[in-house]
Amino acid sequence: MTEETPKTPEPKKPEAAPQPPKAQEPAAGAGPKPAVPASPAAAKPVTPVVRPAVPVAKKPASAPAGKPAGPASPERRKFMMSWLSFAWIAFSAATVAALSTTLRFLFPNVLFEPKMAFKIGKPDEYDLGKVDTRWEDRYGVWIIRSPEGIYALSTVCTHLGCKPSWLENEQKFKCPCHGSGFYKSGINFEGPAPRPLERFAISLADDGQILVDKSLKFQYEKGEWTKPLALLPV
Amino acid sequence: MDAIKEAINSFCSPVAIFTTAIFMFALFMAFPKQMTNKWVAGAIGLGVVGFFIFGMQDAHFKDIVGKADNLPIVGMIFIFGYFTWFAMKKAVENDERIAAGQPTWEKTESEEKVLVFPYLIYIEFVIALLYAAALVYWAILVQAPLEDPANPTLSPNPSKAPWYFLGLQEMLVYFDPWLAGVLFPTVIIVGLCAIPYIDNDPKTSGYYCFKQRRWAITAFMFGFWILWLVLIMVGTFLRGPNWNFFGPFEVWTAHKVVPLINVNLSEFFYIKWLGIALPQNWFIRELPGFAALFIYFILIPKALERTVFKKLYERIGAARYHILIALTFMMIALPLKMYFRWAFNLKYIIAIPEFFFNI
Repeated sequence: MTEETPKTPEPKKPEAAPQPPKAQEPAAGAGPKPAVPASPAAAKPVTPVVRPAVPVAKKPASAPAGKPAGPASPERRKFMMSWLSFAWIAFSAATVAALSTTLRFLFPNVLFEPKMAFKIGKPDEYDLGKVDTRWEDRYGVWIIRSPEGIYALSTVCTHLGCKPSWLENEQKFKCPCHGSGFYKSGINFEGPAPRPLERFAISLADDGQILVDKSLKFQYEKGEWTKPLALLPV
Repeated sequence: MDAIKEAINSFCSPVAIFTTAIFMFALFMAFPKQMTNKWVAGAIGLGVVGFFIFGMQDAHFKDIVGKADNLPIVGMIFIFGYFTWFAMKKAVENDERIAAGQPTWEKTESEEKVLVFPYLIYIEFVIALLYAAALVYWAILVQAPLEDPANPTLSPNPSKAPWYFLGLQEMLVYFDPWLAGVLFPTVIIVGLCAIPYIDNDPKTSGYYCFKQRRWAITAFMFGFWILWLVLIMVGTFLRGPNWNFFGPFEVWTAHKVVPLINVNLSEFFYIKWLGIALPQNWFIRELPGFAALFIYFILIPKALERTVFKKLYERIGAARYHILIALTFMMIALPLKMYFRWAFNLKYIIAIPEFFFNI
């Protein structure tokens, strides 16, 4: 290990040795710069011609008071322009780089993505006529056992997506955001909600547990609640 | 004391508050001279201050009004009240000067014109500094009402929008989210942008008065005061758990039961009036709603164009007239629908949940 460490600087030395020529390059690069008038003139002949023309026209007014910059000023202007364009390019690049970091926000640190299909125990764990709220925080469903069977209601209000709360005394779901109310069946009856709560596919798994699949939803207004998976007959 | 509180609570309801506000507004616009009189305006101002002092004795009222979220609204009531009074008082003063054949007070102040920079910009800059300083002090004195990290399975009860959006949230009680959340805000912004193009009358350029601009000012102030500020106040102070309506001295309980059963226009038409079942086809089912909208937005403007607004139509031309009427009728439709909800429990005029299209 100790032998290797001295070795690493050694190969660097040859790299450091070529650096002086690199350092000279700017000097060499500075060399062409006086010659810049030649190359931009070839690249963009229009601007160098037009730009000096305007100050010249104005100069008779300012020349007596200010310094007689004379013929040097167009060259300096070009020099400045090149640095200015460099500055603009650098600024734009920095801005784009900084803004590109906002793309990071497309990938949130925390994702709320509960499982779409899950088992929620045996049917006899659910009391007849009761709204079961034990899965509302974890999976976003209410399980209700009615005389006809068990169904899974979505906890998302169909008005603007808040989570209504089940009021046992009033026997209704009531949304805290705009006051929409739903019956135990999920049918909307008060407030602005335009359609009933959605139901999820519900079936019995092989082991006798109830299986809820949120990827399949059933909407009352489309007549889907009569479909086989919308209700689990008990 | 308790009897007064009880009386106020039982008087308060969305429809009572809204109707009172419209009545006060109409009074103010009909008799601007009398209403901006220092005794009348002073009495109203003292009445509001007195109500707040009286209310602050009540623990619950103090709790709601003193909440960090609600402080701007308390300030808003007094600031906008003052500026509305001040502007109207100046306008009335000019009305009298014009009627007496005197120059307006803008003319008597100075005929000289000054540059925006630096004369106006400096004043604005100093005001901006003062505002910044005040905001810093506010931020230090009042703790920000932050809550727990966001949780999609937990909606606080009541869930309130930021205070400046509470007017929209209050509208959402009566309208489909697409209307109150998307269409109305867009129409409000576009409509405000359109005002200078609709009303290009150069009459009051350079001075401010009321009589020559009666309808323009009234329409704008109706939208601003009744449809924006009053709804914000209701949403802030009078909407409690489950977005139920509570009187100012009523304790917010999640178990208040308010019957809000709503009926669509199609149900009124077919079940209640014709006594038959709703048609299966959505278009036939919603035909009464389409007809109502057609009458309201097409037939009535056409009738007005030939009768009451004939001169206006000739003056501003067809394009301006139709844009003006469309915007005005939409603005009037908003409180109209709210009154239909309060009076008949009308839910939607057109309700097509099949396409999520409800009006």
